Amino acid sequence: MVITPQRNIVSRTWGTSVGKKSVIAVTGIVFLLYVIAHMIGNLKVFFGIETFDAYSQHLREIGEAIFGYEGVLWGIRAVLVGSVVLHMWAAFSLWYQAKKARPIGYQHRQRWEGSYAARTMRWGGVIIALFVIWHILDLTTGTVNPLGGDESAYLKLVASFDRWYVALFYILAVVALGLHIRHGLWSAIQTFGANSALKQNALKTFAFVVAAVITIGFAIVPLSVMTGLVR
Amino acid sequence: MKLTLRIWRQASPEAKGKMQKYTLDDVEPDMSFLEMLDVLNEKLVLDDKDPVSFDHDCREGICGSCGMVINGNAHGPQKFTTTCQLHMRHFNDGDTIDIEPWRAKAFPVVKDLVVDRSAFDEIIKSGGYISVNTGSAPEAHAIPVDKVSADDAFDAATCIGCGACVAACPNGSSMLFTAAKVTHLGLLPQGQPERATRAINMLATQDELDFGGCTNVGACHEVCPKGIPLASIAQLNHDVLGATLTGARSD
Ligand code: HEM
Ligand code: SF4
Ligand code: FES
Repeated sequence: MVITPQRNIVSRTWGTSVGKKSVIAVTGIVFLLYVIAHMIGNLKVFFGIETFDAYSQHLREIGEAIFGYEGVLWGIRAVLVGSVVLHMWAAFSLWYQAKKARPIGYQHRQRWEGSYAARTMRWGGVIIALFVIWHILDLTTGTVNPLGGDESAYLKLVASFDRWYVALFYILAVVALGLHIRHGLWSAIQTFGANSALKQNALKTFAFVVAAVITIGFAIVPLSVMTGLVR
Repeated sequence: MKLTLRIWRQASPEAKGKMQKYTLDDVEPDMSFLEMLDVLNEKLVLDDKDPVSFDHDCREGICGSCGMVINGNAHGPQKFTTTCQLHMRHFNDGDTIDIEPWRAKAFPVVKDLVVDRSAFDEIIKSGGYISVNTGSAPEAHAIPVDKVSADDAFDAATCIGCGACVAACPNGSSMLFTAAKVTHLGLLPQGQPERATRAINMLATQDELDFGGCTNVGACHEVCPKGIPLASIAQLNHDVLGATLTGARSD
């Protein structure tokens, strides 16, 4: 027989390119759900400092009676970190496989038929990862924030985006995230086998709409600080 | 038409190849792309030079042997068209045309534009069939097939194994080819008994042969002369992930 039977589900999954792809897809959907919740939370800046800071405090107190202060929050963080590791590991592994598959390239540049979003998944993902690190140092720990760590979440956010170049960088990063989701969401649906010739256009439109809503939902916060709407 | 051609010349699998420039003065717009290369080769032979090697057989778009990358496009600029069915009227007088072989580790260059596509045969051997006892053909109406499945299976079965999908894929993946076979057989009643193992075995062979992994970019479908739909890859993914979850195996 061609393959040695792999009786354990982990090696069966990790042992094929489609299995790795499904790991990228599952962890990508975990990010997507998190990102949507995060966006809804961010939009609370438009209800003022009390609402926003109360929300930030509430995040730390969810399920406190059972899991203790910040217990649920750390649980979410653990799932996200685990997902990031798996997502990037699988993505880099397929990247390496692709590099190996074409050791000699074309002289006449291939006219890539894939969309811009599809072509930028790998470098776009790396840029998003670097952005996330900076973002945590800025607004969570406050390490690179003008106000430092122990300030109100709302004030840290305003202080950060008051620097136009920071706001601009943030907007560029969420555009990169939007592109990643635009291809990634459709791609995940395809990976799970749910695409069909009839549904394909509708699914691509769905992914585009989700990506556009998320991009706008995030970008509107720094834009509002830049224009003075949020003070 | 006057054309400048830049063609990949490589004397043997081990030789170092390079792009070589040629000019042709008397190309007719009604010639096919391969006829244009025939004209060049006649000229080269008369000049006592080594003619350009390229694969071809049917010259009617059904055998899949004539693949080459033309100006960065597998099978050239015309959609749903093999190189042999491409006509020179799609080019302009004075054009420079770059012609290269398929580029993939699994498709090594044999000579010039000829690549060895035996890797596809290995993928087929690992599952691109149904196991039946031979003998007289069964009555055609004994096993009913619904129209939609029959149509979709037939569409997938039109794959000619040309390898353009691999050539165009930024990952160098043969996913569309493998998916076409898995969809073709997996949609029909006769293909059901081996459906799960076929999908995992063919994918495992593809991975082992140093094809890349699919990331749903879609370049394959754009260049496929038969228009095999991307949804067939979803079908392959579906069968592979199902087999992965249930642990289907073939021994
Ligand atoms: C919040 C951040 C992120 C989200 C929401 C996200 C989401 C997704 C989704 C849904 C997919 C599609 C899965 C599939 O194709 O089946 C995907 C694919 C991918 N992601 Fe991410 N991802 C994120 C961060 C990253 C990071 C940090 C990297 C860094 C390397 C990365 C690299 C990739 C790659 C290479 C792919 C596969 C490309 C492809 O399918 O064409 N992603 N991502
Ligand atoms: S799927 Fe299309 S491009 Fe790929 S081998 Fe078959 S016919 Fe050629
Ligand atoms: S020569 Fe047979 S398909 Fe072109």
